[in-house]
Amino acid sequence: MTVADVLLTAIGAVVVGSALLVVTTRHIVHAGLWLVVTLTGVAALYLVLTAELVAWVQILLYLGAVVVLLLFAVMLTRAPIGARDDLDRPRWPGVLVGLGTAGSLAALLANAYRWDKIELPAAGTAERIGEHLFRSWVLPFELVGLLLLAALIGAIALSRSGDE
Amino acid sequence: MSLAPYMPIVGLLALGAVFSLISVTIAPFVGPRRLNRAKLDPYECGIEPTPQPIGGGRFPVKFYLTAMLFIIFDIEIVFLYPWAVSFEALGLFGFVEMVLFITTVFIAYAYVWRRGGLDWE
Repeated sequence: MTVADVLLTAIGAVVVGSALLVVTTRHIVHAGLWLVVTLTGVAALYLVLTAELVAWVQILLYLGAVVVLLLFAVMLTRAPIGARDDLDRPRWPGVLVGLGTAGSLAALLANAYRWDKIELPAAGTAERIGEHLFRSWVLPFELVGLLLLAALIGAIALSRSGDE
Repeated sequence: MSLAPYMPIVGLLALGAVFSLISVTIAPFVGPRRLNRAKLDPYECGIEPTPQPIGGGRFPVKFYLTAMLFIIFDIEIVFLYPWAVSFEALGLFGFVEMVLFITTVFIAYAYVWRRGGLDWE
């Protein structure tokens, strides 16, 4: 076991534990806060796997923006802020879908790599990602721009439809 | 990449955790307990707290637009970062690419502006 193995296992345990709390807590705002722990843990995993830029993007976008939007959604809608027992949460279908996804992903990975030793690629620094992204992935990158355009127009349409 | 540059951050996190833990555990033992009504009230920036928040605790939907605007431009900045780092290596092609990308997002910005998404009232 190397240091990286120990770190991956420990952080992985934290991620799985807090992810379980996200779906079992009776308090919808707490679920959002546990999601912060989960996503931070995933960022730490990226960091251990030397994907430095992705780790910081995870913190910037998922923690800084997506979780905030989620909590906003709670405050904007009639979602219960306090603890509730009757949160709409179909248990068994959820367990089934979660285990199914985890199982099939694990099977896919196990089948792809068997017991081969894989050399880690060079570290995912901003420089390497920049050169790959803007040389080999030009079209997807420009499509992301269009997607952002669509998202903003959608947001305007949703939030301004009532007050013409 | 080694994780060595991150050791100061880990140290800082540990220091912060230890400091807050010590403060929270020691405070009940050494602090004087002279409570009055004002101290027990929830703190709302000096405003008298109301039992029910205005609008049943719901926020105007305008905040959603603000959050969306924030996310969109957050994503844009995230792309600018690796682009700026490898700007020299990419040359003119990378520059044109980024101009196209920023133009696309700017169209969205202009649209939001025209539709009055930036006005609060």
